[in-house]
Amino acid sequence: MEYILIIIAAVFINNVILAQFLGVCPFLGVSNKMSTAIGMGLAVLFVITLATIITFLVQTYILDPSGLGYLQTIAFILLIATLVQMIEIILKKASPPLYQSLGIFLPLMSTNCAILGVAILVIQNNLNLLQATTTAAGTGLGFLLAMVIFAGLREQMELQGVPKAMKGAPIAMITTGILALAFMGFSGLV
Amino acid sequence: MSNIATLTRGIIKENPVFVLLLGPCPVLGVTSSAMNGLGMGVATMFVLTLSNVLISILKTQIPDNVRVPAFIVIIASFTTVVQFLMEAYTPELFTQLGVFIPLIVVNCIVLGRAEGFAMKNGVFKSFLDGIGMGLGFTLALTLLGGVREILGAGSIFDWKFISGDGILIFILAPGAFIALGFLIAIINQIQRKKT
Amino acid sequence: MKKKPSTLKNMLLALTLIAGAAALSVGLVVAVTEEPIALARQARLEAAIRTVLPEFDHLDEPKIQEVDGGELVFYRAYYNDEYVGTAIATFSTRGFKGLIQLMVGLLPDGTIHNIDVIRHRETPGLGDRIELRFPWPRQFQGVHPDNVNLRVRQDGGDIDAITAATITARAYLEAVRLAFDNFTIEN
Repeated sequence: MEYILIIIAAVFINNVILAQFLGVCPFLGVSNKMSTAIGMGLAVLFVITLATIITFLVQTYILDPSGLGYLQTIAFILLIATLVQMIEIILKKASPPLYQSLGIFLPLMSTNCAILGVAILVIQNNLNLLQATTTAAGTGLGFLLAMVIFAGLREQMELQGVPKAMKGAPIAMITTGILALAFMGFSGLV
Repeated sequence: MSNIATLTRGIIKENPVFVLLLGPCPVLGVTSSAMNGLGMGVATMFVLTLSNVLISILKTQIPDNVRVPAFIVIIASFTTVVQFLMEAYTPELFTQLGVFIPLIVVNCIVLGRAEGFAMKNGVFKSFLDGIGMGLGFTLALTLLGGVREILGAGSIFDWKFISGDGILIFILAPGAFIALGFLIAIINQIQRKKT
Repeated sequence: MKKKPSTLKNMLLALTLIAGAAALSVGLVVAVTEEPIALARQARLEAAIRTVLPEFDHLDEPKIQEVDGGELVFYRAYYNDEYVGTAIATFSTRGFKGLIQLMVGLLPDGTIHNIDVIRHRETPGLGDRIELRFPWPRQFQGVHPDNVNLRVRQDGGDIDAITAATITARAYLEAVRLAFDNFTIEN
């Protein structure tokens, strides 16, 4: 039950984009088309879960025991960059079709602040490994959900007459704001 | 380009937030008040300027293939330095800004300027670019923070001018997106009028 | 100056030097800021203890107790060698934005004297109403947890949640109950 609650909270209540403002860059950048939005969302879901597990283990078993907690930021960002690179190489060899669909999003991962953000937050919040992994997966799902909804809205928006000054980023921001408003309704869930 | 243009273009013409749309996460995440926006802006400017200068000094010594990891290590070190300095000397602000301080390292502005400017230009120019872009970022964050604080809390820099609450939604997450959307639209409109 | 070619030797050398210099300079800054950081935290903690307890002139050595998910810290306070109350640093991880840390001041019989927030990241304008500058947390002053059910009304308790921040209020009360329950076990 606890883990279901964590997932619900991470997907709906504390949505990574709409409530925590992490990962807004890729959210605005690649949500033009539904297919790319899904690809990006899945890639984030995969990397965020894996990255959180690895950074969590490194923090608990390497950095903390040796008193090197202050290297957290440096260590995490390097781990994430390396992990992304490795996933890319493995995918290329092991599953070319999957690489075809997800590969192009991978280089964008190391500068996605949602990934580093979640890795740091689960440690700040004193979670254990299972809670941390669940949180990360929930966050990834939340990202995927927001991407898909937003891509759908954006495809519709293409067809509407938007005032010139509002075109592009401004209307995207305001739409996201209204979406965030709708998601606030979920905060009564838990 | 003249030194003065290098310094000033980041402030308005190529403002990293309103025009280049870089680093939206901290822009939205920490601007619930003008003070928070200012603090985050200054912290980012510090990292941006120092990493620009250092990378421009080292640019001939770093082989191309390991360029990005080298940049990341440099930026992450400066970020950690800022993090500890803030925790020591401005603990209140540090708690408010929370996770967004370590996240300076993934702010696209910093890596973007390192790749796009410091790698190709001299030390002094890179310094000016860092200061200029940093100022533009700080200005944008303070402006957005100010707008949200005025509308949402009825105060500015913690000085309250109405009793009771403001339009709370502007302090909450949706208000961040909406306020930024309108600010960008206003800037677009001004730029369009000019040309 | 010519650009260094990307040979293996150059790449390794450059990365090792940069990483070494980075670790060194970060280590240096950490060493310099260690004391001010500890002092700032200590000052925050002491201020919180003074806020939540009646006047005192002496504190026992803090006693740490491990609980599920973290630890509680007990500070017993004395005035002219008479025991006047215990300040308990407690927490909940179920805040809207994660960890909330409180300092709960209990009189010797368990009555709440005052509660202060040490650290939280709740939403400004909503969840931050748990801070003492707002009226909500002051309702607990002088309340004995045995007489009042410290849960929000939605959970069958006696406390009105904070409007639009039920999660925050729930976590806050959880932290207070955790402190009180362990205080009773202690005595």
